[in-house]
Amino acid sequence: MSRARVLLSLLLLLLLVFPAFSGPYALSVATLILYFAYTGQAWNVMMGFAGQLSLGHSLFAGLGAYAAGALFFHFGIGPWAGVWLAMAICALAGVLIGFLAFRFGISGVYFALLTIAFAEFTRVGFDHIDWLGGPGGMFLKVAQRDQVDLLHFRGPPVMYYYAMLLLAAGALAVCSWLLRSKTGYYWQAIRENEEAAQALGINTFRYKLAAVAISSAMTAISGVFFAFYYNNLFPEQIFNISRSIEIILGPVIGGVGTLFGPVLGAALLTLLAEGITELMQALGWEIPGAKQVFYGFTLLVVVMFLPNGIWPYVAKKLRL
Amino acid sequence: MSLDLVANVVVSGVLTGLVYGLMALGLSVIFGVMRLVNFAHGEMMAIAMYAAVVLFAAFGLDPFLAMPAVAASFFALGYVLQRGLINPFIARPEHSQFMLLVAAAMILVNALLMIFGPDARNVQTDYQLESIAIGKLLIDKARLYAAGAALLAAAALFGFFRFTLTGKAIRACADNNLGARVVGLNLRHLYALTFGLGSACVAIAGCAMAVLVEVTPSLGPGYTLLAFVIVIVGGLGSMPGALLGGVLIGVSEALAGLWIAPSAKSMFSFGLLILVLILRPQGLMGKRP
Repeated sequence: MSRARVLLSLLLLLLLVFPAFSGPYALSVATLILYFAYTGQAWNVMMGFAGQLSLGHSLFAGLGAYAAGALFFHFGIGPWAGVWLAMAICALAGVLIGFLAFRFGISGVYFALLTIAFAEFTRVGFDHIDWLGGPGGMFLKVAQRDQVDLLHFRGPPVMYYYAMLLLAAGALAVCSWLLRSKTGYYWQAIRENEEAAQALGINTFRYKLAAVAISSAMTAISGVFFAFYYNNLFPEQIFNISRSIEIILGPVIGGVGTLFGPVLGAALLTLLAEGITELMQALGWEIPGAKQVFYGFTLLVVVMFLPNGIWPYVAKKLRL
Repeated sequence: MSLDLVANVVVSGVLTGLVYGLMALGLSVIFGVMRLVNFAHGEMMAIAMYAAVVLFAAFGLDPFLAMPAVAASFFALGYVLQRGLINPFIARPEHSQFMLLVAAAMILVNALLMIFGPDARNVQTDYQLESIAIGKLLIDKARLYAAGAALLAAAALFGFFRFTLTGKAIRACADNNLGARVVGLNLRHLYALTFGLGSACVAIAGCAMAVLVEVTPSLGPGYTLLAFVIVIVGGLGSMPGALLGGVLIGVSEALAGLWIAPSAKSMFSFGLLILVLILRPQGLMGKRP
């Protein structure tokens, strides 16, 4: 077994027993890390693998959350059915955007701005859909929190932790498989040089669409999780561009296009944000904005000095 | 609904749109020359608005008179910022540039929040309540002045790019980067100059806008998005396009606010953006890339 696999197994083992030793706060932070690791991984399929920059991934998280949320809210149907609907809707939305963009030769910055435009358009649109609660939000019924109701995905925090762990580990496995598949190699060829890839006979249009579809469907699942974990949905929040930025911070800081970058980035950034909050509380500083200023400076330093992200650097140190 | 009301709304939309256009002009010039999308554009705009508010509160300086000073300091700031922070990122991939400017935007917006708090501030002058009547048209004086200042600044920028040697050199960088280097243009200096000019546009637009709306730190991201919509509709990199886009968006926002719902007005702009991107990705006045 390679060093990488040994280390990964150790990490997985550690995460499996983690709830036995952690308090409720640590557990919620760990769930958040896994959530961002998973969602970052989903974004990475599109940008890191196939080179298509999306700055509007909140669209897929939001559509997924609202699809499963509405099914539960209006019809009492749990997320096990809802997640399929969510994935289908998001994949469809992704393919539609991809189709329009790639058919008309929109790429690079223009494509990124198109994804923002769709997310913002949807955000304002959802504010005017009364059936989904409009700007006032949609609130899912919260049942007893100490009983595990797997059918409706209701239960104590530890259940959400394990669900997210399963998702994050599963996404890592799927992405590692994708990256080594034929499709994965085609994606990387497209990312590095689309014209050359096309000249070699790769149907770049189809493979780019596939990347968008897979990435958006994966993001849909994180949206469903978000809906059932937080139980309230506001268009202003879930479709907001700051949500998209949150999703991509992890992989960019960790290392775009790497498998473990999104995981490392999510862990570091979440811990940093929580650490700053704790520190400010301990110092008794209550200045609004100070936390984000510090956070911003950290991001600035990382992008300036580690342009390829932290993971390639760490991997070199660990000799992986 | 009377025709007079519609005409009034359209005129006010055009005037506000010209200020939007000047703001977007800054973004467009920066993108046109160095192919960099300034994701901190609206945050810079918010800072300019605060500069106008602070100068007014401290010295009673009218925002229109404060324009030269704010523009000059923004020019210097933009020059230094480009030279020190942004220039190494020109050759890097887009997501890297995006991250840098998002981090910068995050710092700027929250620094404003730290210094000024979340409460709205404004500038109060006597001409803000006055208006000029032309027939049945009522035009706000403040809006008219703001649009006039925006037009003047834009005209000065056009003149600079058309008639001065430095302006021509910058256009040369935009048209043919390799060629510009071959003939020995100092790209670092010219890029920094461009960023400074773009920032100065934002400064003037910000001072003008401070007279029209209340100023809060949270304005930044909204203005960034607005500037994107405008330059893409008008054509990224096209200078007349930015002004035209500004006017179009100004009018469409005003009409959407009148006919549909004020909260739906940005949906209208984003819908327009999606249509333009798909049907004419180079924008209304842009050249085919």
